[in-house]
Amino acid sequence: MSEISSSGRQRSNRQALWRRIDPAVATAFGCIVLLLLVGSIYSPNFLHLDYLLLQLKVASFLGVIATGAMLVILLGQIDLSSPWTITTGAMMACAAAAYGPVGVALAIPFGILCGVAIGIVNGIGVAYLRIPAMIVTLATNAVAQGLMVVYTGGFSPQDEATEAMRYIATGFLIPGVPNAVLVWAVVGAGAVFLLTRTTFGRAVYGIGNSERAAYLSGIDTRHILVIAFAIAGGLAAFGGVLLAGYSSKAAQSMGDVYLLPAIAAVVLGGTSILGGRGSYLGTVAGAILITLLQSILSVMQIPEAGRQVIYGVVIVIMLLLYGRAPASR
Amino acid sequence: MKDWKYWVAEQRGTLFAFVTFVVMFTIYVSNHPAGFTANVVQTAANKGVLLAFVAMAQALVVITAGIDLSVGMIFILTNCLASWIVVGTPLETALGIVGVLLAGLACGAVNGLIVIYGRLQPIVTTIATGAIFFGIALLLRPFPGGGVNEDLADFLTGKIWGVVPVSLLVLVAVVLLVWVPFSRSVMGRAAYATGSSEAAAYMSGMPIRRAKFLTYTLAGLLAGIGGLFLTFFTYTGEAALASGNAYTLFSIAAVVLGGVSLYGGTGSAIGAVFGALAFRAIGDLLFVFDLDPLWQPLFQGVVLLIAVSLGAFALLRVRNKLDWFT
Repeated sequence: MSEISSSGRQRSNRQALWRRIDPAVATAFGCIVLLLLVGSIYSPNFLHLDYLLLQLKVASFLGVIATGAMLVILLGQIDLSSPWTITTGAMMACAAAAYGPVGVALAIPFGILCGVAIGIVNGIGVAYLRIPAMIVTLATNAVAQGLMVVYTGGFSPQDEATEAMRYIATGFLIPGVPNAVLVWAVVGAGAVFLLTRTTFGRAVYGIGNSERAAYLSGIDTRHILVIAFAIAGGLAAFGGVLLAGYSSKAAQSMGDVYLLPAIAAVVLGGTSILGGRGSYLGTVAGAILITLLQSILSVMQIPEAGRQVIYGVVIVIMLLLYGRAPASR
Repeated sequence: MKDWKYWVAEQRGTLFAFVTFVVMFTIYVSNHPAGFTANVVQTAANKGVLLAFVAMAQALVVITAGIDLSVGMIFILTNCLASWIVVGTPLETALGIVGVLLAGLACGAVNGLIVIYGRLQPIVTTIATGAIFFGIALLLRPFPGGGVNEDLADFLTGKIWGVVPVSLLVLVAVVLLVWVPFSRSVMGRAAYATGSSEAAAYMSGMPIRRAKFLTYTLAGLLAGIGGLFLTFFTYTGEAALASGNAYTLFSIAAVVLGGVSLYGGTGSAIGAVFGALAFRAIGDLLFVFDLDPLWQPLFQGVVLLIAVSLGAFALLRVRNKLDWFT
């Protein structure tokens, strides 16, 4: 009797496990394995630990930025201001470093704070003024770009990244594991906690499914929207700080190349672009997948033009595989 | 209500854009050192027309409640293509122009196919196809260069009868040949209906898929005409990422200024044209007031932010709080 029930429980556990695995996340991980296999046929170095750790390090910059993008996409909104939020974060952190020891100490928080400020403007536009997110974030992106052009005079600034910025991007706290990966792990753990263990996270999923229903259940949805956009802005700027630490200085339009990858990482990871559905594990898979794809294309020495084309085609194909909206009935 | 009142109510956005343009252009011209001369108008027209074509393209898609973030890249791609094939004898040039326009149509059709028949979100799709179009542009022109039939280019960017800019006449011709027939056709009606309420349009048996497909395809064509004109102005092809992104952004700004609702269903491409001309006039105000050109991106960004924030006044008319959440 007890045996039957225990085996029954086991079966139901196994079924529950199967049901919990998101097909999109599984596909994304499958594609990662496939890319590694294809790469290893091309060059055996692809399966070396050093190479994999390097890729993980590069992926962690994208991962931090994609975390913010995911939060906004879960709400059913989109943040197109990330390119210049990244650049602003990087430039302002480097600029703060020029102001003596206090500036050096506050460089990282100051950079992040600038991103949070941009995010709050986005959030107010979306939540209180009810402007479509796509439009208001494009506008703040243009304003941030304008501010940075005025600040730098249109040239790449001469300020250098601080020691601390370089350390969190390129150092090794634990031998063998790059610090950037640790940073991503911390950010990721924070995101998972926020999304699955707090009322804020529940509210984010609720608003993504139906803001009207969330509002009627007593959630101050506008407040949540502003906070989420602020976090997304802060994370994008933090990504910029990391990138500035990695290359030891900020550059004009350094964030432009991250817009499509960040959104693609989230969407390829199975998060619904309409909001309300998605897991952080998927975003991790998406960020690694995109980084590997970029790396393999560059190892194969395909020129920038070809990379752009392949990149766009792959994203469209993967979305067609599992990102389709239901047919109208 | 009288007939004309209905008409004014329907065209409110377009009229607002027209008035904005007239006011801005008057300020611009009256402060211009050269004053209101044919040359000033010609220069302003040539700059404005480029954006006007791209803005019309964006407006068509926005009317169906979609968005095309790849218009700037189609613009760049057709520019690069035109710098290869719009050269040589008149016949070759004509064939080249046809080829460029077909390329624009094809780009738009690809967007339409993926968005409508692939049922993907327009934002993500057009960002991704934008990367593809930019990649192809870069393949065509890894370095700026190429040429164009200069006789034709000089004619199309010059003046006719010494006063009227030819580029403006071409713009008017395109509006009359593309936008007017489209907006009066069944497909145009269906596009507006889809933008207002896709479910209702579907229930009424409107050809929503074909209408949306047509808007994306025509958007590609219009962006292609814009790219062709860019080649006539610059005599070269250049795969400039920043320029493509800027035109995509400005096209949205122009559409908003032109009174086309981003939620779809209202506005017209003519409004977007005036929106584009007004946006250009606003951007050029900095030059006539002799300010540092470094401030231009910030100024345009702030104008865009204010323009989109104006839409928030519609909230004051909402009686039921639940109608905030669309």
